[in-house]
This record gives sequence, structure tokens and C-alpha cells, in this order.
Amino acid sequence: MWRDALLVAGKDLRIELRSRVVLNQVAPFALVVLALFAFALGPNRAPMVQAAAGLFWVAVLFACVLAVQRSFALEAVDGTRDGLRLSGLDPAGIFLGKAAAIAVQLTVLEVLLALGVVLFYGAHVHSYVAVLVACAAGTAGLAAVGTLYGALAAGVRVRETLLPFLLLPVVAPVLLAGTRAWQVALGTGPGGDAADPWLRLMLVFAAVYLAVGVMIFGPLQEAA
Amino acid sequence: MTSPWSGRTIWIVRVLALVSVLSVAATVWLGLWVTPPDKVQGNLVRLVYVHPPMAWVALYLAFGIAAVSSLLWLWSRTRSVFWDRLAAAAMEVGTVFTALTLVTGAIWGRPTWGVWWAWDARLTSTALLLVLQLGYLALRRIPGDPDVRARRCAIGAVIAAVDVPIVHFSVNWWRTLHQGATVLNTNLSPTIHGVMAWTLLLGFVSFTLAFAWMLTVRYRIQVLSDRIEGTDLEIALRERWSEGDE
Amino acid sequence: MGEPMASAVSLRAAVALTGRFPVLAGIDLAVAPGEILVLEGPNGAGKTSVLRACAGLLPITSGEAVVLGHDLRRRPSAARRHVGMLGHAAALYDELNVLENLRFAVRAAGAGVEGIDGALERLGLVGRLRRTSVGRLSAGQRRRVALAVLLARRPALWLLDEPHAALDAAARSLLGEIILEAVAGGATVLLASHEPEAALPLAHRAVTLAGGRVVDERSLGRLVTGPRPVGPSAAAAAAAAPLAVAGDVHVAGDVHVAGDVAVAGDVHVTGDVHVA
Repeated sequence: MWRDALLVAGKDLRIELRSRVVLNQVAPFALVVLALFAFALGPNRAPMVQAAAGLFWVAVLFACVLAVQRSFALEAVDGTRDGLRLSGLDPAGIFLGKAAAIAVQLTVLEVLLALGVVLFYGAHVHSYVAVLVACAAGTAGLAAVGTLYGALAAGVRVRETLLPFLLLPVVAPVLLAGTRAWQVALGTGPGGDAADPWLRLMLVFAAVYLAVGVMIFGPLQEAA
Repeated sequence: MTSPWSGRTIWIVRVLALVSVLSVAATVWLGLWVTPPDKVQGNLVRLVYVHPPMAWVALYLAFGIAAVSSLLWLWSRTRSVFWDRLAAAAMEVGTVFTALTLVTGAIWGRPTWGVWWAWDARLTSTALLLVLQLGYLALRRIPGDPDVRARRCAIGAVIAAVDVPIVHFSVNWWRTLHQGATVLNTNLSPTIHGVMAWTLLLGFVSFTLAFAWMLTVRYRIQVLSDRIEGTDLEIALRERWSEGDE
Repeated sequence: MGEPMASAVSLRAAVALTGRFPVLAGIDLAVAPGEILVLEGPNGAGKTSVLRACAGLLPITSGEAVVLGHDLRRRPSAARRHVGMLGHAAALYDELNVLENLRFAVRAAGAGVEGIDGALERLGLVGRLRRTSVGRLSAGQRRRVALAVLLARRPALWLLDEPHAALDAAARSLLGEIILEAVAGGATVLLASHEPEAALPLAHRAVTLAGGRVVDERSLGRLVTGPRPVGPSAAAAAAAAPLAVAGDVHVAGDVHVAGDVAVAGDVHVTGDVHVA
């Protein structure tokens, strides 16, 4: 399973390296979202700094939807989805591989967005640990659920509109928890270890959906 | 078209319908006239006989049945079209109850909070639940092979069901752990005693019965519509065969 | 005809639906191991659907479907490792080059990467072509790459959907050789084709589909020694010289021999034997 996961993740990431879609299109989109928020809340920095934690995560969620769409668009061309099913790869491996590739791309986007939030909104990072753990756990959870719904919607003609509608409500807890954790980290919320329950929640979310994905991706693939 | 059910089942369903209508009527009567108004909330408290039962039905009963049925469908040893239909029926009827929960909750909150919506923990979770259920219904509408649709919806139901407790906790913590927010007393629970307690119990029972009745009716509609699709299949098969005769 | 062989593919009254439409409307088909079967029929008759059903990509809603001993109704994914499909689409990633696509497909199937170079050479994909992105290749070249994937994976069942389309004459005869070699190695081949002149010379049997079912079947008289078929060139050569066979001879069709016949074994012929 792990070998298959590495194979699929490597394939997805290599394609991204060649085509640079996430880098050239999704990343700018994410930055545009930050700018839009600034237009909506500004021009005073105060409300932006207050809201920075939440805005970061909302932008991450939007970028996640696009990244998931892209990941499954790769398989929509030229019969590669059938090819993947026929390939003999372990479905759990395909799930982990695709989720890993999405997670890597999301991480890059998050770094970009974090820089944006710090630079454009004037946020200050007090606790790097909270930021890192929140992002790691949040990314894992988002990638897992994204891969599940991406595959579920993959064969459907209305998938572009269906995917956000399915995905975003389910990952709302990640938004809630991530925002709270980041508020602690940016100093706009309570201090100390107030972030701990939220970080724990995000880790549980990620663990649960990674487990669900591994178990259920086999039957899921047949629902194409 | 012959009914898919035996005569005895039809009678049971009819009795169920009658009992549920009667019990709901009893709840309404007791709730509106017999029970006393609350000291603090006045007549508004009468919603307690309706809102929590609806929430119970929507969340635990409907979603729970849908989730368990989906799992049973996915497990090959117990797979049967019965579970798929049950899950779909439960989710659909449950969606109605969830919407009603939100409406009654908003009505209850309005005079107390002054706003129609105050991001109360329970209502927010319920709202998210509604969206999850709508997502399931959207999946159900996708045209295609009934087997594929069943699989897709079953998986969708499981993914959503796993999320429900996580949403519940996160929204709860959102409201309680969040310091510095305007402290809004969103706790609407009144003290219940005497005839109020009995009415509340009756409320739970009657709405559960109503749900059960609607569930069976919806299930039956599904069976009938599947039957029509089945006859469609016969016709389609025959047309397909005739292609070869040309 | 000897002892009964277990079928490589066995479909009985199989019905498959796409949405509400029955693409396969109760089809009966049996393919013996080592057989080359051609599926003919007009557009929409169900040729592609039969191939997809055998690959486990099209679920069978009623009837029976067994491929390479695996019951497709219970576990459609069971036989996939041993099945190779060449469809209309090449199932290749445009952004990756030929070598990368092959490596991915071969490693995914659990086969060794040693077969890749040989497969690429056989199909004339050498030199700079190997490092060209698949998106830049012509349709014929993509077909060759897809074929190379099949060759490198060595599946037990080959499912070819109109493989001759987009191939030039040289590539077509190469395809014929590859098919015969695969079958000589024990594979079974199902071929859907619109071009009988290209496909029939290779086949043992041809089956005509219409309306999602088999409406006609004919065997194409190939000389078979043991379980292995002999292609047209070898058959022509054998027919021109005295026929000497060590082993049993099973012929489904006629035998015309200009010369003597010496057989050290049984001869079963369901047809006429003309010996001049």
C-alpha cells in the first residue's frame, strides 16, 4: 500500500512540476482572495489583523477546493481514470498517494498565504509551534476529505459545482479549529495553551478521515 | 400495479399513521393549552415540546438510521437494496425535520435574543447538519446506474456521519471556549416538571412515530418508483434486442 | 475435443447498464484460453461494452460473468492485475514522457521494469522519443506507447478496442506479430474491430454483436497444434509442404493439404479434409 501511495504521489507531483498549474493559477487565486478580504474589511489594518487567522483558513479552504479539482482533473483526461482503476494499484495506496500530493501542494500554498497574511495584514506570529501543528494537522485533514469527495464527484458531470458544496461543510471544523489555534498563535486571541484543544481536534479530524479514506476508497472507486 | 406490501403491512402502516397523528395532536393540545407558561419565557416555552423532539429525530434518528443503513449496504454480506432505500428515505425525511428544527429554534430565539440567528451552538451544528443532508440529497439526484448511485450515496452518508460528532464538539467549544465574545445567554432550557415533563415525553414519542410513518411512506414510494424503472428496463431491453433484427 | 478447458472469459446472460440503457442485453460469450476472438458489429452494438465488462470497468447487473476464474459480480477488481486493455483513449498522462508513463504503469502492475526497454524497442519508440511528453505525440505514436505498456505488463487477457485505428501499415503488421507472440506465450486476446481485413487474419473465431447480444458466430479455421495457435504465415507454410504433426491435431474448419499427411497422434476435424 505504501509503495503504491509513493508511486501515485510521485506521479501527481511530477505532473504538477511539469505543468505548474497549482503554482501558476491556484497560488495567485489564493493571494487574490486575500486581497478581496482586504478590500472588504479595510482600509484600516485593525479589522484585518483581528480577522487574519480566520481569513487565512478561509483562503486555504478555497485553495483546497481548487487543488482537489485539479488533482482529479488529471485523471479525467484521456481515460486515465480507467487506467488507474485497471492498473492493479491498491485503492488505499491510491488514496494516500493522491492525498499526499494534495497535501504537499496545500503546504506550499499555506506558506504563501501565511507570508501574505503577515505582510499584508500586519499579523505577528507569537507561537510558531501552534502555527506549524495547526497547519500540518489541518492540511492532512483537508487533503484526506478532499481526496474522498474528489473521487466521489469524479465521474459526475456537475462535479465543478458539486465538489465545493460537498467538501466545505464537512471541513468546517477544520476552519473553526484552525482559526482558534491561529488566533492564539497570532496573539489576537487568548494566550497560553488555549490552542491545545483545537490542535487536538484537528489531529483527530485528520486521523479519522485518513482512516476512513483508507478503508473506503476501494468501494469508492467502483462508484464512477 | 400490485402493492409491494402484504395486506397486513398496509394495516400496520395505517395504524401507525393514525397513532402518530393522534399523538402529535395530543402534544399540540397539551402543549398549547394544558401546560402552564414559564415564569421567565412565558408562552414561548411551549416550543420545548416541539423543538427538542424534532432535533432528536433529525439528528439521532434520521442521520443515525441513514448512517447505519449505509454501512450495512456497503458491507457485502448484508448488502441489499432495502438498506439503500432506507438510507435515502431516512435522509430525505430527516432533512425536513432538520429544517423544521432550525425554524422552531429561530422562532424560539427571536424574542429572547432579539435576533433571528445568534450562532447558538446547537443551532449552528444543526445548520451544518442541514447542509450535509442537502449534500446527500444532491448526490442522490445524480442520474445513473442505481447500483452506482447507491454506492456513492452510502459513502457520502458515511463521510458526513463521521463528521457529525466532530462538528458538534467543535461548534460547542467554539461557543464555550471562546473568550471575549459578548456573553449571550443562549441557554433556553426551562425548568420542566409535572405535566410539562409528560408533555415533553409525549412530544418525543409522537414525533418519533410521525417520523416512522413518513419513513415507511417514503420507502414505499421508493419501491414503487424503482418498480417503474424496472419495467422501463424490460422495455429498454426489448428495444435493444430489436436493434439486432434490422 | 480433448478434455474441456476452463474458459478465460465466460459471460452468460450478462446484462450491463449505463444509466438506464442496457448496453449489454443478456449476452452469452465464452472464450477459451489462448484464443484470439474478434468482436464485430455496427456502432453501438456493444463491442466496447463487452471489453469494458471483461476488464471489470462495467458492472454486470444480472447474469454471470467470470474472467480468468474471478467472478466479476462479486469482486470486479479481482482480475485487473491480469487484464490489459487498449481502449479508444490511451490512458496516458500527457505531461509525462514516454518512459515515465511506462515506468508508472509497469510498476503499478507490479511487473518488473526490465521489460520496458524491450517493449519500447519493439514498438520503435527509441532515442529522443522516449523523453518526449506524451501530449506532443501523434495519435499513432500514442497508440504505440499504449501498446508498449501492454507488452511490458504481459497480462493474461488482452482487450483491444479497435487497435488498428490510427496505426499505419507497418504498425499494423507489428501489432499482428505482437498479438501472436502474446498468445504463443499463453495470453488470450479479445479484439473489437471495424476493419475485418486487418483483424480477421489473426483470429480463431469471430463473433458478431448487435443490440447488446451475440447474433452470429463463426470460426475461422486456424490450424491449432496443442493449445497454441499457428498464425496465417505458418499455416500457409504448413499447407504447402507435407503435413507432419507430432501431437494431436484439432481443427475447427476445413483442412486443405497438397501433399502427404503423417500424424503421430489423434486427428479431430470438424470440417472437411482434402488431401491431394
